Amino acid sequence: MDRILFGDNQFFAVNHLSDEKSRAQSIQFRKNDAIIKVLDIAIEEGVKTFMCTTHDRISSVCDHIRANPAQYKGFKIYPCMPYAHKYANAVTELGIVGALKEYLPGNIFSTLAKGGMAFARKDFIAMMELMIDAEMKMFKGIDTPVIFIQNVITDLILGLGMKDVFKAYHEYIVKKYNAEPGYITMNMPLLLDTLEGIGIKNPIICSSINKIGFRMSGGKELYEKTIRERQFRPIAMQVLAAGAIRPNEAFEYVCRLPNIESILFGASSREHIKNSVETIKKIG
Amino acid sequence: MIKTGIIGLGKMGLSHASIINAHPDLDLVAVCDASALILEALRKYGNFKTYSDYNQMLAENDLEALFVATPTKFHAEMVLKALAKKVNVFCEKPFSLTVGDGLKMVELASSNNLVNQVGYHNRFIGTFNFVRKLIQSKILGDLYHFVGEAYGPVVIKKKEATWRSESSEGGGCLFDYASHVINLVQFILGDIHDVNGVMLKKIFSKGVEDAVYSGVSLESGLTGLLSVNWSDETYRKMSTQITVMGTEGKIIADAQEVKIYLRSDNPQFGFEKGWNMRYITDLTENVDFYLRGEEYSAQIDYFARQVKAKSVENVNSFSSALKTDIVIDLIKSKAS
Repeated sequence: MDRILFGDNQFFAVNHLSDEKSRAQSIQFRKNDAIIKVLDIAIEEGVKTFMCTTHDRISSVCDHIRANPAQYKGFKIYPCMPYAHKYANAVTELGIVGALKEYLPGNIFSTLAKGGMAFARKDFIAMMELMIDAEMKMFKGIDTPVIFIQNVITDLILGLGMKDVFKAYHEYIVKKYNAEPGYITMNMPLLLDTLEGIGIKNPIICSSINKIGFRMSGGKELYEKTIRERQFRPIAMQVLAAGAIRPNEAFEYVCRLPNIESILFGASSREHIKNSVETIKKIG
Repeated sequence: MIKTGIIGLGKMGLSHASIINAHPDLDLVAVCDASALILEALRKYGNFKTYSDYNQMLAENDLEALFVATPTKFHAEMVLKALAKKVNVFCEKPFSLTVGDGLKMVELASSNNLVNQVGYHNRFIGTFNFVRKLIQSKILGDLYHFVGEAYGPVVIKKKEATWRSESSEGGGCLFDYASHVINLVQFILGDIHDVNGVMLKKIFSKGVEDAVYSGVSLESGLTGLLSVNWSDETYRKMSTQITVMGTEGKIIADAQEVKIYLRSDNPQFGFEKGWNMRYITDLTENVDFYLRGEEYSAQIDYFARQVKAKSVENVNSFSSALKTDIVIDLIKSKAS
């Protein structure tokens, strides 16, 4: 994996500190062109990987990339699925079974296609595979060497102790997409224990890692110890703790931690992108 | 370990189940739901006894704690049965469909000396707790107005009916969304005494309102406004905000940040004249297990501690949630 991964929160009004900033971002990025423009700036500044949710609007970014193969040669996308709010809002209104009906591909109650049979037989792994395929459709023809599950789903399954679901996900991503499975979590040490427990060695885990310990469940010390002593491939996200730490100080902390493979950050302006990339490269 | 069960495995129920199962003092032994699909998934991949009949679950397991996360119309029956069996209860919001049912639950919990808590999770968010502290310190001088707001994209087109589209079953923006705001106003500013100028608006739903706008009077004499809309797709997810105005300044707070405007310096909190900002990163403690927000874990951890300590005092008690139900009733009666 590259040392620097460019994230997409800023494009979809995800701001962990301010609803007002979220709103300003959703106005700035109301058109897909604005997203592509910032992505192109990031590429000019040396970014080679875009890590993004399977938000509906990413599909038009993918269309643009496919239409301009020369310009995006060597450019990689790490999809993170699912875009959880789409499902969460549907579940609030329709319930879990209702939301499944809404989002499982095809009309599962009237056809005998794979989806309908999976639902009727309560074949959960087959249902999960169908949903992964539905989310991955937009990336067809694009290099996606690592495919992540979002933290809401990872942590829900983790808490419930449904380890076999991780195993099935892992095997499917390797088999069907010839890619490496990745996990986003807010509970990194616990997830690593769980994945190792089911025989998944050296997993790619993306979690909050920052100087003030924000969203590092179990505490900063346990995180630092885990990063120092255990065998896995950590990606640091929320390095700036939603803006609570100044960029230089924030990158200084995370770059000096041993074994961090990649650093994920998002920004909306050339100045911020350039500054972040240069700071990370300078510290190493 | 506290032997724990849960009834209702919808969005909140599943989230609670995950947090309970990861909690060191809670042992999730049994789960109950009406959906065969959900139960089968938990039976197959989890480590719980699964039930479709909650009476059977209560009878077969000597539970010490029960989480009730079913549609609101089932709360009273289930909670009363659990309390009668001397089980401590955490009940999802809104608490009860009728004030009469709510009163019965409050009384039985009290007479059986059981821990009782309702899932108004805003009471566990660092920013809102900070605002409560600021208001109690009288930092804003004499208060003259407030606005409690919540917006989100739950119903953004016409769709098939569920229990959430039936007012008689506890559906609608008033029960689901506005209840959070009413409860938060009570937590931060005090008990609500009356409502007036109620507007309940249908936007996409047929049977229920999608927006609630109303004037509100507190027992202290303070008046303000509620503005709540669950059909606003300019929001990515539910966003709750409270604004309070006083003779010495103004506070605007949501789950992420607190903006404080003061007419003079305040050494007690280290604020300067003009705008001051405080962020959730400074106002929240890490939890041991995180799912969707610190507040969801914090409220369950608090419940577990109260059960362990056999302490019936509660920041989110049945009786405080009943006060919210009473206001919901008032709004309904003034609207019709």
